Amino acid sequence: MDVSPRHAWSVWRRNATLYRRTWKFNILPNFFEPVFYLTAIGIGVGAYISEIGGMRYIEFLTPGLLAVAAMHGASFEVTYNVYVRIHFEKAYDGMLTTPVGPDDILIGELLWSMTRSLFYGGGFFIVAALFGLVPFPGGLAALVVIPLAGLLFAAIGLAFTMRIPFIDLFSFYFTLFLTPLFLFSDVFFPIRERLPGAWLIVAEALPLLHPVRLARSAFLGEWGWVALWDVGYILAVSAVLLEFARRGVRKRMMS
Amino acid sequence: MPEPKPPVVSMRGVSKSYGRSLAVDGLDLDVPAGQCFGLLGPNGAGKTTTLRMIYGAARPSAGTVAVFGRDVARHGRAVRAQLGVTLQDNVLIETATARENMEIFGRHYLLDAETIARRVGTLVEFLQLGAHADMIVRRLSGGFKRRLAVALSLMNMPELLILDEPTTGLDPNVRQGLWSRIRALRAAGTTVLITTHYMDEAERLCDRVVIMTRGRAIADDAPAALIAAHLAREAIEFDCDEAEGERFLAGLDDAVPHLRTGDRLMAFADDAGWLQEALRALDGGDRRPFVLRPANLEDVFLSLSGTRLDEEG
Ligand SMILES: Nc1ncnc2c1ncn2[C@@H]1O[C@H](COP(=O)(O)OP(=O)(O)OP(=O)(O)O)[C@@H](O)[C@H]1O
Ligand SMILES: [Mg+2]
Repeated sequence: MDVSPRHAWSVWRRNATLYRRTWKFNILPNFFEPVFYLTAIGIGVGAYISEIGGMRYIEFLTPGLLAVAAMHGASFEVTYNVYVRIHFEKAYDGMLTTPVGPDDILIGELLWSMTRSLFYGGGFFIVAALFGLVPFPGGLAALVVIPLAGLLFAAIGLAFTMRIPFIDLFSFYFTLFLTPLFLFSDVFFPIRERLPGAWLIVAEALPLLHPVRLARSAFLGEWGWVALWDVGYILAVSAVLLEFARRGVRKRMMS
Repeated sequence: MPEPKPPVVSMRGVSKSYGRSLAVDGLDLDVPAGQCFGLLGPNGAGKTTTLRMIYGAARPSAGTVAVFGRDVARHGRAVRAQLGVTLQDNVLIETATARENMEIFGRHYLLDAETIARRVGTLVEFLQLGAHADMIVRRLSGGFKRRLAVALSLMNMPELLILDEPTTGLDPNVRQGLWSRIRALRAAGTTVLITTHYMDEAERLCDRVVIMTRGRAIADDAPAALIAAHLAREAIEFDCDEAEGERFLAGLDDAVPHLRTGDRLMAFADDAGWLQEALRALDGGDRRPFVLRPANLEDVFLSLSGTRLDEEG
């Protein structure tokens, strides 16, 4: 990697400057979505499911949804938005006439999508706290999970976006990748109790499981060795995918 | 005598292939410091690809590119800090104002806020953006968008300014305006590397031009020298079909350089007065109009690059 932090920062600032123009429209949904989720499940579904793993269903669900919010925050940015910047706006072609290099662009985009995941996850966190669903002060540790989830899903999305030939493939990314993750990563039910042993090993390979488990540990205040594995997984997978994305940018932009 | 300055751009044996096709084919090119240098050639000749290799956005498949005496492959970032590029297609942030576009671009060069504000002010004046500086780019006309694109490439006060077809699609007023800006920059010591499909533009602006076809340089000299070397000082231009043309040319005492585009024949001579007389005599009573004019770079371009559309690329 040949990253100049200040040039990467100029890429982050570019995105931030443009976001500021429309932040009101971008930020508000971040707050409505969790309000709808928590209300519907708290007063609706939660009424039929009394307890899960020794806690109220909504308490089980909240840390999982926090990780999901962070995942979505980063994912929208690194898929459609980055694709549009490359192919329609040709923004990278413009930047590459300046001292900004391809690796600076990649890191700038990564940091920006992590920022977006902070807006999303942070919005969810605030709403959950207002609903009284965040245990203080232990739950604050879950705030660290947001940028970790952001990093992981930014890296996955960038690796995908830098390589695909046309924009329609994003519908696969969302329906065949993110949606199953959302449903089978310990968010809605404890996979340990429902999935047979062999599947549990497969589940460990799924990216969303790790931030979900970390967020739940933070909410419960119960940390085990598995947290190290979760953090290690996130960092290692992100690093590998970023390298893959990096080669994609070079191939696509500098050929 | 002062030491002649080393060339700003120096390419040696540069080729670039895309799959099986060669976009640039063994190109040697020197852009002298402080000059306006034109890169001409038909569509697909490899002009844009050549420029991309100069600022390091494309890696040559073979050969070396040095800019400011430094190997671009290894010092791309440092080289790009000293040059500015106006791309063939405008790259502008359509949802931001012209001013914001310039500010964002200035930050890519790591300029501080104060310098950016000053430069934006200077460039708004230099390119006569006026009140348009605070308009959303989407609402700007083509001429203002192009001027903004040029302004972006000047944000870092480059020593080398690369302009890829800066005036394509602009009205005559805007074109003339841009020409005068380019002349002013050159007078202030900026080296300008420009591509264009307008030969009158190249002839007026450029100290030196290279004509490319199929990735190769087929001519490299001052416009006037190219005209003298390849054709002659004056041209006679008239309409005739191919058979008639043959008859005209055969009827002349001496063979003259000539060129056909469609139904138009051009014949060249240093002093074309006698040629006009001779052709008029051969014309019998037809009295078709024979136009006598100075030969120009377009004639050279057409004669060197072929005049048939199927020869493109
Ligand atoms: N990224 C690319 N992938 C594949 N082929 C390319 C690529 N870029 C350029 N080419 C091909 O290389 C050749 C030269 O293209 P280039 O854009 O350099 O021409 P040009 O002289 O700038 O033409 P124009 O006057 O139309 O702008 C063309 O045949 C083009 O199709
Ligand atoms: Mg071109």
